[in-house]
Amino acid sequence: MLDKVGPKEKIRVLLVDDEIPFADVVAKRLGKRGMAVTPVYTGTAAIQAIRKHDFDVAVLDLKMEDMDGIEVLKIFKKAYPEMAVIMLTGHGSEQAGKDGLANGAFDYLTKPCELEDLVKKIHEAAR
Amino acid sequence: MNQDKDTHNGYYYSLTRNMLLVIILVAITPMIVVSSIILYQFDISYHEKVQAHLEELVLKHKQQIDSFLRQRLGDIRLLTSTFSLEELRNESFLRDRLELLQQIYGPVFVDLGIINSRGIQVAYAGPFKLGQAHYSDAKWFQMAMKSDYYKSDVFLGLRGLPHFIIAVKENCCGEEWIFRATIDFVAFNNLVENIRIGETGFAFILNRKGEFQTKPLFDLIPNKEPYTDFLGDSDKFKGGVRIIERDDESGNRVIYVGALLKHGEWLLVYQQKASDAFSDLRRTLRVTIAIVVLAGICIVVIAFIISRRMVNRVAEADREKEMITEQVVETGKLASVGELASGIAHEINNPVAIMVEEAGWIEDLLEEEEFREGKNLDEFKRALEQIRTQGRRCKEITHKLLSFARKTDSRIQNVQLNDLVEELIALSAQRAKFANVDINVNLQENLPILHVSQTELQQILLNLINNALDAMEKTGGNLAISTHLEEGHIIVGVADNGPGIPESNIARIFDPFFTTKPVGKGTGLGLSICYGIIKKMGGDIVVRSKVNSGTTFSVKIPLPEEKMPKQSTT
Repeated sequence: MLDKVGPKEKIRVLLVDDEIPFADVVAKRLGKRGMAVTPVYTGTAAIQAIRKHDFDVAVLDLKMEDMDGIEVLKIFKKAYPEMAVIMLTGHGSEQAGKDGLANGAFDYLTKPCELEDLVKKIHEAAR
Repeated sequence: MNQDKDTHNGYYYSLTRNMLLVIILVAITPMIVVSSIILYQFDISYHEKVQAHLEELVLKHKQQIDSFLRQRLGDIRLLTSTFSLEELRNESFLRDRLELLQQIYGPVFVDLGIINSRGIQVAYAGPFKLGQAHYSDAKWFQMAMKSDYYKSDVFLGLRGLPHFIIAVKENCCGEEWIFRATIDFVAFNNLVENIRIGETGFAFILNRKGEFQTKPLFDLIPNKEPYTDFLGDSDKFKGGVRIIERDDESGNRVIYVGALLKHGEWLLVYQQKASDAFSDLRRTLRVTIAIVVLAGICIVVIAFIISRRMVNRVAEADREKEMITEQVVETGKLASVGELASGIAHEINNPVAIMVEEAGWIEDLLEEEEFREGKNLDEFKRALEQIRTQGRRCKEITHKLLSFARKTDSRIQNVQLNDLVEELIALSAQRAKFANVDINVNLQENLPILHVSQTELQQILLNLINNALDAMEKTGGNLAISTHLEEGHIIVGVADNGPGIPESNIARIFDPFFTTKPVGKGTGLGLSICYGIIKKMGGDIVVRSKVNSGTTFSVKIPLPEEKMPKQSTT
C-alpha cells in the first residue's frame, strides 16, 4: 500500500464525522489540497466504505450517534491494520485522544483545529 | 438570623433540660427507692428489736420482784416454823432475828412484830415505838387473819411512812397469831427504780385501785388510760407482758409495757417516750436522709455539668456539621457548574469547528482566478480572518471551561516547590518584560519536598502570576514571589503593586464566572479552579488587597504528614 502512494498519486482519505456540514466542508478543502476524500456520516457507513475501497488514511470523529469512534477504530485496525487513523475529538479532552492512541490510532486532533494541522498530520500518516 | 439563633438556643436549652432530667431521674429514683425499702425494713426490725428488749426487761423485773416478795415471805415463814411462839415473843430474841435479817439483806426488813388474834401487838422489834399497838381495825390485819399469809399494799399506817407488810398466820396454844414483817419502802422502791433506760424510760408499780406502790420517777396521773386499760383486762398479758403505744397529752408517742405482779394484784408499768426508745433509729434515719440529700445534690450538680458538657459537644458537632454541609454544598455547586460547562463546551466546539472550516473554504475559493481580481477581496479576507480569530477565541473559552470541569492530572508526586516556581517565572519572563513588570524572587532555601500534584500546583501558581501581570499590564510595576516555611506549611506569596481589588469584590473573587476583566478577556474561572484545588490539597488561599497599592495572594500548602524520603523531583 505504501508503494502506491507516490508524490503524484492522490492520498485517499476516508473522512468520518456525523456533523455532515463539517465532513463536507473539510472534504472539499482537503480535496482542494490534492487529496481524494470520501466523506461518510456514520460509523456503519465508514465500515461499509472501507470494504469497497482502499484508503491510505482515515480521519475519524470520536463521538458519533450510531457508534463510538473507538469501536470503529478497533474494527478498522482489525480489518486493515496498515491504514493510518487520525482521531478527531470535539471533547476538548485529551483523555479521549489518548484512548485512541492506545487503540492504534496514528494521532489525534481536537476540534476546532487548524486545517493546515490536519493536512500536515495526514501527510505524515500517509508517508 | 437572630430568630435562627434563638431557635438554636431554645433547642440546646431543652436538650440540656431533658438530659438533666433523665440523668437525675435515672440516678436518684433507684437511690430513693432502695434507701426507702432499706429504711422501712430497718424501721420494722428495729421496732421489733426494741419492743422485744423492753418486754424481756420488764418480764425479768417482774420475775425479780415476784421472787423478792416470795423470798421475803419465805424468810418470815422460816422464822415461824423454826422458832416457837414463846421464843419469838421474847423481844430481845426477836431483835436478834431482825438484826440477823438486816445483816443478810440490808435494810429491807424494817421491823418484826407478833400480833394476837385481837389485834394487839404483843411483841415488837424495830425502830418505832409500836409496842401494844392495836391493829384490829387495820385492813391488812383483817386480810391477814383470813388466810395463811398475806402481802399488803403500800400504806402509811401508824408510823406515817409508806411501807408494806408481809404477814404469816400461825396457830399456837389454841389461838391464831400473826407474825408480821415490815418491808422498807425505799429498799423495795429501788428494785423498780433501777429499771431505767435512756432519758425518759422508768418503771413503777400500781395496785388494782390505781394507787402507786412505788414512787414513779416523773409525775403522772395513774387513774387513767392506759394504766386502767392494763388493769382492766388481765387476759391480754401474753407471756406475762403487754406492750402498747399511745400518744400522751402533749402529743408525744409513748411506749407502755405492763406486767402483773403478786398474782394480779399489782401492775408493773414501764414507760418510755418513743422518740427516746427509738433514738438510735431516729439518728440513723437522720444520717440516711442527710446522705441521700447530699448524694442527690451531688447527682444534680454532676448531671448539670455532664449535660452542659454533652450539649456543648453536640453544639460543636452541629457547628462542624453545618460547616461541612456548607462546604459540600459549595463543592456540589462547583461540580454542577463544571458538568454544565463541559456540556456547553462540547456542544459549542462542533458548530464553531464548522464555522471556522466554512470560512476556510471561502478563503480557499478566494484563491481561485475568478475572485482574485475582486474589488473587495481584501475586505473579504479581513472578514474571514476575523471569523477565524473569533473561532479561536471560542475554542480558548471552551477549553478553559473544560479544564475547570475536567479532572486534571491529579497524580501525587514529590515536588520541589522552588524549582517549580523558577520554571514558572522563566515561562512568564517574556510577558513580564512586555508589561514592564520587574519580578523579585525571594525563595527560602532547603524547603521540604511537597507531596502534591505537580500539574495542579503549576496551574495555581501560573494563574496567580498571570492575574498579577494582567493587573499591572497597563501601568507596569513589581511582582514579588516568595516562599517560606511556617508551622507544617509552605507559604507561597504572589504580590503585585497593581490597582488592587475593591472591597466589594474581595468576597467574590473565588466564585466561578466572577471576573472584572473586559468581556472576552477573562472567563472568571481561574481563581475558582485554584481555590478548589488548594482546598482539595488541604491547604488554603488568602488574599489581601488595597485599592491603588496592590494585591497579595498567599497560598498555604500542607507538608506531607510523614517526612518523605528525598527523591529527585520532576
